[in-house]
Order: sequence, then C-alpha cells, then structure tokens
Amino acid sequence: MSTNGGEGLRVLGDPTRRAIFELLARHPCAVGELAQQLPITRSAVSQHLRVLKDGGLVVSQAQGTRRIYRLNPDGVTALRAYLDRVWAEALTAFGKAAQAAPSDPEQEDP
Amino acid sequence: MSSVPTIPPLTGTITVDAPIDQAFHTFTDSFGSWWPAEYHIGQADMGTAMLEPREGGRWYEQGVDGSECDWGRVLAWEPPHRLVVTWQINGQWQYDPDPAHASEIEVRFSADGPDQTTVTLEHRHLERLVDGQALRDGITGGGGWTSLLELFAKAATNQP
Repeated sequence: MSTNGGEGLRVLGDPTRRAIFELLARHPCAVGELAQQLPITRSAVSQHLRVLKDGGLVVSQAQGTRRIYRLNPDGVTALRAYLDRVWAEALTAFGKAAQAAPSDPEQEDP
Repeated sequence: MSSVPTIPPLTGTITVDAPIDQAFHTFTDSFGSWWPAEYHIGQADMGTAMLEPREGGRWYEQGVDGSECDWGRVLAWEPPHRLVVTWQINGQWQYDPDPAHASEIEVRFSADGPDQTTVTLEHRHLERLVDGQALRDGITGGGGWTSLLELFAKAATNQP
C-alpha cells in the first residue's frame, strides 16, 4: 500500500502550491491576482501553476487578454461529490437505526 | 495560511427521534449495523464494520471471511457529544497508513429535547486525500474516484 514507483507526484506537498490551490479554491484568479496575495513573483506563480496544471488539479481558460485559473472540477469536485453521496446515504441509514433502537434498555421487555 | 483546509469540507446533518445517548451509541457501538455495506475496501464482502470505543481506537471493517481492513483511527472520543475519526482511504479505495494523508470526520450530537437529537457531520482535510494516491490515479487520469463515481451512480440507480 506504500507508494511505489519512486517519488510520487506530491503536487500539494509544496507550501506555496498549497497556498495557490487554497486561493483558487475560493475563487478563480489570474496570475497577477495570485502574485499580489503571495510573497513571490509573477513568474514563480506561473511556474507553480504549471505544476498544478500538469498534476490535473488546476485548469485555465483565456478570458480576453487574461488567463484565468481555477480548480479542476473533474478532480476535486468528483472527490467531494462522491463523498457527499456516501455521507448522505450513511446518515440516512444511521437515522433509521437510531430510531429503531430501544430507547431505554432497562425498560426493555424480554 | 496553509493550515486552512484547501478543499471545502463536506457537511451533513440529520435529526433523529432518539435520545442523545442512544444516537451516539447507535453511531458508534452499532456502527456495523447501519453503515451501507457497499462502501467498503476489503477484497471480501463486508461482514461488519467496527469503531473501537476509545481515543486511538481502530475504525475498520471485517470481511465475511474474517479478514480485516483499517479505515482510520479514533481521534476524539467524547460520549455522547462528539466523535472524531480519521478517514485514510485513498483513491484506490485502500487504507493509507500515512497520517499526512488522513482526512478527518467530526460528528457532533446535540440534544434538541429528551427524545430528539441532531447529528452534524463534517468531513474535512480532503486535500490530504488528494495529496495521496488519489491525486495520481483519480485526478490525473481515469480510475480512482472517477470510476468510483460511476460505480456509485450504478449502485444508486439500482436501488428502489
């Protein structure tokens, strides 16, 4: 179960990339907007974005003269949507079980 | 700033007609009786799933053949109000023992009255899962979460 194949693609292992990912999770941004919020240059931001993009975590789209980056909806959204359904179903099943359980064991008739 | 979760947590709430103690103990002691058996990671069909009632306890499934597969660990055990467990299942639907890849599930129980309890669930630090095998296998190319979603969709449509 350990990761095989040498170094894994630890895209989010880098704190700056995590910070960029977090900013993009709040709302889509252009490179300049990201650079304003981080203590690094535009070209450094671009390099991190390329890694995030190559890792499939981020996608970009041209908007006029700007390129807007956002989280890849097929990756993160898929993860959340799946787990969301798991929990919705699990909580419903739990609710039924909790209400079916005897309310007070001491008053239970054999 | 990097301590803030980078993927918004999942939340769920349900109100049950049961006293708080009963709600907590159904959730924990009887975990295997209500958990949907199709969500499991072992090779064998799931026989039951268990949550050991203490901090540091194991959260695991037991297959019909007796084999066991870990899901996570109990981080906080505060009956009947609060429970925190880790969910260390990667995109390959396997247990990932690396604590850096552990997402967390917090479950809170609050009494609305003597016979009614609201249960609130939060599944957080999902980016830790993404940082694991799921990143490579689920997000960059097919498989992983994507195929699980398809399996889930099939399972959901087959239900009455």
